Amino acid sequence: MRLEKRPERSNAMAIASPFIAFALTIVTAAIIFTLRGNNPFAALYVYFIEPLTALWSIEQTLVKASPLILIGAGLSVAYRANVWNIGAEGQLTAGAILAGSVPVLFPQWQSPLALLAMIILGVIGGMLWASIPAILRNRFNANEILTSLMLVYVVQLLLDYLVRGPWRDPQGFNFPKTVSFSGWQTLPYLTSGIHAGVVITVLIALALGLVMSRTLKGFEIAVTGQSPRAARFAGFSEKSTVMFCFLLAGGLAGLAGAFEISSVVGQLQPQISPGYGFAAIIVAFLGRLNPIGVIFAGLLLALSYIGGEAVQTALQIPDKITRVIQGILLFYILACDTLINYRIVTSSPVLQKA
Amino acid sequence: MDLLLTLVSIIMTAATPLLLAALGETVTERAGVLNLGVEGMMIMGAVAGFAGAALSGNPFVGVVTAILAGMAMALLFGFLTLTLLANQVATGLALTLLGLGLSALIGESFVGQPGIKLPSWAGIDPLVPFSFAMVAAVSWFLFRSKGGLIVRAVGVSHASAHALGYNVVGVRYLAVLFGGAMAGLGGGYLSLFYTPQWVENMSAGRGWIALALVVFASWLPLRVLAGAYLFGTISILSFVLQAAGVGIPSQFLSSLPYLGTILALVVISGNKALTRRNTPANLGQAFVPDR
Repeated sequence: MRLEKRPERSNAMAIASPFIAFALTIVTAAIIFTLRGNNPFAALYVYFIEPLTALWSIEQTLVKASPLILIGAGLSVAYRANVWNIGAEGQLTAGAILAGSVPVLFPQWQSPLALLAMIILGVIGGMLWASIPAILRNRFNANEILTSLMLVYVVQLLLDYLVRGPWRDPQGFNFPKTVSFSGWQTLPYLTSGIHAGVVITVLIALALGLVMSRTLKGFEIAVTGQSPRAARFAGFSEKSTVMFCFLLAGGLAGLAGAFEISSVVGQLQPQISPGYGFAAIIVAFLGRLNPIGVIFAGLLLALSYIGGEAVQTALQIPDKITRVIQGILLFYILACDTLINYRIVTSSPVLQKA
Repeated sequence: MDLLLTLVSIIMTAATPLLLAALGETVTERAGVLNLGVEGMMIMGAVAGFAGAALSGNPFVGVVTAILAGMAMALLFGFLTLTLLANQVATGLALTLLGLGLSALIGESFVGQPGIKLPSWAGIDPLVPFSFAMVAAVSWFLFRSKGGLIVRAVGVSHASAHALGYNVVGVRYLAVLFGGAMAGLGGGYLSLFYTPQWVENMSAGRGWIALALVVFASWLPLRVLAGAYLFGTISILSFVLQAAGVGIPSQFLSSLPYLGTILALVVISGNKALTRRNTPANLGQAFVPDR
């Protein structure tokens, strides 16, 4: 068995590959459940199907998908340009800190402007934190993978300091939490479970899809990723692409942070995200590095979080299984993507007759 | 005097896991493969080391299981990037995400259970002299042996090495497996000696720091040694300052190793001549024989 390069990229495979990857993930999950001594069919039903049969859990899935789609859409653009921002979790945290400063420092301010200020500061916080690895790469040639990741730890420690120290709720019985946000410090809800951020998320992903497919900027990013040499000849600046990608992904991650603390979390606390910034890396790849594809990928990853909670309550399977399933899914996507450019041949190459 | 000795032995314990993992990654990258999954291999080594020691009652069994776990993860990475030609950066990230999740699931039942510590003499455990020996061995192998020459040739120009008749993919598999064994051992060191217990995410970014160390050391084993001890000292410094009651919040002291890593990367990478001289030219590029 060996790989043979296809004469052309297979478009059929490009569409089929995420589905094959998902199918293989289901099979692997079934094997893990069986090894743990659970009935695999019952577990798979509880994990992947049951959450889609009740309104509240569908709403939960949409709400969890929002940060994943926001961050994943930004990362999909960056990865397309070969800009490896893996610190989105930190950019989300930075956005949350800056957004949270409004209700923490001005607890009495109740006006739509307060919410607007939180959202804008969230975006700025994410952008500021993301600009550090971009500047370090452009100015000092420092590897952005490592610097963006290191900054995740730094900003998480900063948040930890703030909520245990100066920003701790004085009436909070010494718990490491800020005051709870209320009124115009939180997002309006459209239904009992869905907040306005979900709608904004979908609009942003759609807009980003248009930018990537219909504008010069989108073309510039695609060329920079596929052929840096061609991009240089075309006069596209690599440095400005690096900066653009980091600011875009960082801003969206910061926005996700602002949305999270003004809705689901409702305050600042040491942990404000169950690793959305890292799971969004999987979302970006599963969505084929395309902001529209990211919408569907984000929903699937959100389902994996809900399913993980469901199997824990229903079948006492630890919800750690979620991260295993997410990791396996990414492996299968990367493996299946090989089939877009290569095909598997079992025989040895036949020599052509002269 | 006693205090000084204690300090040195604490620095050694902090530096050794970094040194082991970074040495392995040096060989992997010298062969032209960028495996960003060091953190995932380390954490799997940590949980497998703990499990091996706890289930057998012998910490040395834990050392072996830690190495095997790291190699199993490395094999997965090798299969994807070397056989299926998947993107190395993305696969490395996948390896880390999977490792963190899988170790948490496997280690679920070990949380809070006391571990078995490796025996030591005067605070020095057998893996410290082993790590020094490995620095010498890797140094000798890479720059004084024929095998090392082949590894470096494969990393600098896989096309030329292939044309000379060397099995590029085979060499790279071996280099990736060596990197996995060393990262697994480094992770095992955490759960068998550094803090003999299992805590989720206990590698705490050390795999990433090890990756940065390789760049910092410009792929030279002796500089990896110096870098690992520098970082070991920085991470201990934060404990010492905390214990001394300096009025700096502990969170800022804890962020020192991460900030130090960024600073080190900036200083070294800014020196373009140095980086270019030692960077394996084909680092991170997939090898397709028919090209």
